[in-house]
Amino acid sequence: MRTKIGIPRSLFYYKFIPFWDSFFNGLGAEVVISGPTNKKILDSGVKTCVDEACLPVKLYFGHVLELKDKADFILVPRFTSISKKEYICPEFGGLPDVIRHTLKDLPPLITTEINLRRTGKGGVDAAIEMASEIGVDGKTAAAAYKRALEVQRVRGNTFAIEEYFGDTGTRDTGTGTLSHTSENPAGKRERELNLKVAVIGHPYNIYDKYISMDLLGKLKKYGIGIKTIEMTDENETNKHSARLKKPMFWYYGRTAYGAALHLASSGEIDGMICVTSFGCGIDSFVNDLIERRIRKDYKIPLIIMTIDEHSGEAGFNTRLEAFVDMLQWRRANENNISTSG
Amino acid sequence: MKITFPHLGNTYICVKAIFDDLGIDYVIPPFNNKKALELGTRYVSEMVCLPLKINIGNYIQAYEMGADTILMAGGCGPCRFGYYSQLHQEILRDAGFDMEIITLESVYGIGDLLGRIKRLMPDNGAYLKLPGVIRRAVKVAKNTDELEMLTFRLRARESEPGNVDGIYRAFRENALKTYGTKATLKLIDETTDKLDSVSLKPDAKPLKIGIVGEIYTGIEQFASFEIQERLGRLGVEADRKVTVSNWIIEHMLKKGLHLPRDLSYARAAKPWLGTMIGGHAQETVGNTVLYAQNGYDGVIQIFPFSCMPEIVAESLLPYIERDLGIPVLTLIIDEMTGEAGYMTRVEAFIDMLEKRRERKKYEGGWTLSWD
Repeated sequence: MRTKIGIPRSLFYYKFIPFWDSFFNGLGAEVVISGPTNKKILDSGVKTCVDEACLPVKLYFGHVLELKDKADFILVPRFTSISKKEYICPEFGGLPDVIRHTLKDLPPLITTEINLRRTGKGGVDAAIEMASEIGVDGKTAAAAYKRALEVQRVRGNTFAIEEYFGDTGTRDTGTGTLSHTSENPAGKRERELNLKVAVIGHPYNIYDKYISMDLLGKLKKYGIGIKTIEMTDENETNKHSARLKKPMFWYYGRTAYGAALHLASSGEIDGMICVTSFGCGIDSFVNDLIERRIRKDYKIPLIIMTIDEHSGEAGFNTRLEAFVDMLQWRRANENNISTSG
Repeated sequence: MKITFPHLGNTYICVKAIFDDLGIDYVIPPFNNKKALELGTRYVSEMVCLPLKINIGNYIQAYEMGADTILMAGGCGPCRFGYYSQLHQEILRDAGFDMEIITLESVYGIGDLLGRIKRLMPDNGAYLKLPGVIRRAVKVAKNTDELEMLTFRLRARESEPGNVDGIYRAFRENALKTYGTKATLKLIDETTDKLDSVSLKPDAKPLKIGIVGEIYTGIEQFASFEIQERLGRLGVEADRKVTVSNWIIEHMLKKGLHLPRDLSYARAAKPWLGTMIGGHAQETVGNTVLYAQNGYDGVIQIFPFSCMPEIVAESLLPYIERDLGIPVLTLIIDEMTGEAGYMTRVEAFIDMLEKRRERKKYEGGWTLSWD
């Protein structure tokens, strides 16, 4: 029987699952992923995690618990850095310790540190260490790592959105998927207007249908085109993030800032939605910097949508609808000239 | 060029002495106050952490006193502090305060750092003084912190409440009127002598509490509602390991010169937190363990709302509490924190510690109250 590696459908799942899938299969293991987020997963996370943590971290707890009896190992790596001179988030760095102490009776955890801050070689080192945890030799690990990197390069930026719209059964709201678009008369006018918005947010927030209240699906239903950080050309992102006087030392922060500014300056979007989880330290800086820059240099409407475990969907929808209405009026009645300045 | 800098406890004493010696023109903002916090919350977006807001208040108050340049420390993450200078700059510019920020950090290499220092120097003569000034300034920082720690020990034991407060407040005021490192060192010595002559209760056995947490809310008494002074007035001795001088000596000088550092906190933290994750989380966890091992009665963790590293520490502290049998109280501060509710929690914690100590002493451990 193949070793089962449990991977929580949370946090870096949305960025790295093509890599993990290929890597662990290359090691001869089987990957088991926790189910899509639901109320039970969220509740069990909120119950076990400390109050002050952000929503995605609480959710991570729920997904780890979900894997409790389904896997031989659970992957809870210490994500310190995935790019040179940059970090992820202090809360990610401490996750293995917090999970280990808080949740009891779990299968063994794979808590290898992933740190590419000083050198890109950190990746293969981590891969070899991980493989040794499940008793696979370094040579196999290095080969699997190389193959997995290639898979990640090809699919890394697209799989999350594909999965989001390809999979209709994950959130039972009856709306919000591609197949409903054509049946929805409300979306007709918007489709004719051909509006497009940028959705700037952590992958684990915007690609999780449950906690993002199916924001992407709702936009699709309105017939509004979507641009995310992952859909933005990396060179352009880098070019625009270089406009910061001091390089931002958070990977997400740099790419979010660069992508937001690129999309705003390219003229291809009509509005921007920043999605943030309540209490996110990095977003508190990044969104503020984006907002200041957009207000000064670009005439693009921007809304910051905050989500937490108490978020009511009605209030969220009201804000979103108001924002979309405003975009339509701007397009239809104002010839793109903002009267608000 | 008129330089100012943000307040952080008694840091102003050390920085002022250096500026005096080098002949740098400066303004010290008023001690942290409600107005500074109000200014900060007005211009800074709500989810940004508290120290940044108070900093902005300091800058605006200094601007009104004529300052045009800000000197502050920097960093390279992952804690938000490393990016403070950039956000500060944007906020001040958008709010119409024309100030420039010079950050002392070596993110761009040593040459760049030296260039920044050069901009601060009024003339070439100042360079010659620099080695001596730095040596004395480190001493000022160290002695100031020792003096502050002494007041925490004495306040819990003084026979006439208020003596220590009087001497210490006068010292903070006098430091503003003292010129240069040499005179400041003398002032510290004189104040220490005065404190040493304060009469103490001969049989005082105060409760001992360790303060851990985020560095700004730990050191800056305004941000923590003067927690350590209040504990002293309640007859509790409150210790804190994270100080400005410790940071300068351990993290800047020793690290920069690759000298062996005191990493006992990191070793102590190891079973609970395996690595440095930014901010002071490792110190918080490690020092809590050390306090437990050194027979302290309790630990209070303080941090600003939404501080990422401290949230990790907070989620680990209950297990240290359980494993090592040391009570821990976590206090989270933001601009909305009310003093009364805050103090009620602190007082309840102290009552509990007192009862706990009594029970250990007279009843030989845990007993039910109706026994």
